[in-house]
Amino acid sequence: MNQKLLTLSPVDLVVIGLYFVMVLGIGIYLKRYTKTGEDFFLAGRDMTSWIAGLSFVAANLGSLELMGWAASAYQYGILATHWYWIGAIPAMLFLGIVMMPFYYISRTHSVPGYLKLRFGESARALSAITFGFMTILMSGINMYSMALVMKIVLGWDIHFSIWVSSITVAAYVFLGGLLSAIFNEVLQFFLIWLGAIVVSILGLVEAGGWSGMVRRIHANFPGQDYTHLWAGLGSFTANPMGIHWTGIVLGLGFVISFGYWTTDFLVVQRVLSAKDLRSAKMAPIIGSAFKMAVPFIVILPGLLGLAVLPEHLVGESQAAAMHGAHTYNEVLPMMLARYCGPGLLGLGITALIAGFMSGMAGNVSAFATVWTYDIYRALIRPRASDSHYVAMGRWCTLLGVLVSIATAYVVMQFLSIMDYVQALFSFFIAPLFGTVILGMLWKRATPAAGFWGLLAGTVSSISMFLWVHFDPSALRYIALSPNAQNMAENMYRALWSWIICVVVTVVVSMFTRPKPVAELKGLVYGATDIPSEGSIPLVHRPIFWAGVVFVVFVVLNIIFW
Amino acid sequence: MHGPGFISIWFFIGTLLTIYGVLITATGFYELGTPPANPPVLFSLHAGIWWGFVLLAIGLFYFLKFFPKKP
Repeated sequence: MNQKLLTLSPVDLVVIGLYFVMVLGIGIYLKRYTKTGEDFFLAGRDMTSWIAGLSFVAANLGSLELMGWAASAYQYGILATHWYWIGAIPAMLFLGIVMMPFYYISRTHSVPGYLKLRFGESARALSAITFGFMTILMSGINMYSMALVMKIVLGWDIHFSIWVSSITVAAYVFLGGLLSAIFNEVLQFFLIWLGAIVVSILGLVEAGGWSGMVRRIHANFPGQDYTHLWAGLGSFTANPMGIHWTGIVLGLGFVISFGYWTTDFLVVQRVLSAKDLRSAKMAPIIGSAFKMAVPFIVILPGLLGLAVLPEHLVGESQAAAMHGAHTYNEVLPMMLARYCGPGLLGLGITALIAGFMSGMAGNVSAFATVWTYDIYRALIRPRASDSHYVAMGRWCTLLGVLVSIATAYVVMQFLSIMDYVQALFSFFIAPLFGTVILGMLWKRATPAAGFWGLLAGTVSSISMFLWVHFDPSALRYIALSPNAQNMAENMYRALWSWIICVVVTVVVSMFTRPKPVAELKGLVYGATDIPSEGSIPLVHRPIFWAGVVFVVFVVLNIIFW
Repeated sequence: MHGPGFISIWFFIGTLLTIYGVLITATGFYELGTPPANPPVLFSLHAGIWWGFVLLAIGLFYFLKFFPKKP
């Protein structure tokens, strides 16, 4: 389809232009506050729980997240909400209450840095290299996807979109490091919400509220269930995703979700910037409350699209065969065009651009930290000055962006790479969660076991992927059903690789020598003095707010069962 | 954070939202007098005006509350 979906007015262009001026201005202003490594890589460890918490969520809220999950909601209905609720909330609360004390008290700069303290250099090197590879690849893929979206929606040239948005992100992270990334993420968080929620409000008005929307969906798509979270998950064939509840609960809700939210340094780095342990514990809890609300700006527009759009959207392959048909991925821009006039449309597009930039800044700042501390300092130049590492971090930011741009151009030539994005998480994040969680909770886990468990989990995950790739009939073993879709396969593969990582770690630990308990202080449960919160009033305690969020999470799942 | 004279992020947010609020409200009022040839769905609700006011209210709150003080 060559025709663009939206046409921007001069007011819309001013709204978008002002956004770029503001993010660059923030970067220029913050440069004077980022002099030391602690400033550049951890924002001076001076963030309040609110700023760290909002940035924690915003770094995950890429524009592809907004458009992609709105599209998934149109395709699969409310099932897509699982990625925001069971696929996020328990893990975020677990990070805040159980894991954050060890990350924070150990004073590590990064997740690979924690592995160095707990298991030694080899585990750190393996996780740092795989994280760097994954981050740059993801960044490039997201960059290309964003440029493609801007071409389809606004008719913008792909090269223009890639270079302008990337150079802006590179500039403000180069200038102000993580501090600048975090500040802009908080700004972007506001813009994403204020730009996107208008569609949900006006959509509900047009549809006649929630019940009116459900009625219209049933009328438009008779015989299909788009509005129940759990009711259709009793069998692989009773829901449009081809997934069973065990896959959602164990694969998504446990391994993938806990792996991503507790060990992916892109998000954990935001929390490490908190000013004290209580703020570090509160940040993921605050983030989880907002994460729980994100379906109202992401999933709801997709459901409203099912209810109010006069045409039925189709998949990419069908759209290619049907001239003029719109795809699932266009549902959010179509809803924006449906309700937003000049000014509001600019705000909505700014929300998409802000989402992309917050996600990319997250990738770039995390990559710069892991490269500088866990690869460059650990393996290449161990005894340089702090200012040398800050300079390396700044140049690495630019290098990371340039490599991401190069990756985007590679993706442009080999589009099939896009199909494998989700698989990356099961390769690297799921086993990493096994290693980190055993390292934090089990004193007996040995340095050798940490490395071999992580390696075995990663290699087995890639092997399972290749097995199914070359022999599709293997799907019935990996995903427990020949009918499983890609998402289901990724979830089960993640689960198996986590189990393999844990089993190998436990077995190797039995045959190798553990670290003395004295060396595990501040790193492992049972060997760490965690400050008591007994003197703090109940309403200021993280555990209280974690309980509140969990109760709301349970109630929402019951309401939309 | 970061000592005296440090401008809070909330001030930057307030500034941008205030400008957006003014721009979007003004555009909404302009469209009230000069309706577009192809209006969006629910144009009669004039979303630009009320949403512009919401942005302006949030923006002004943060702009004034976190306006930088002299160190």
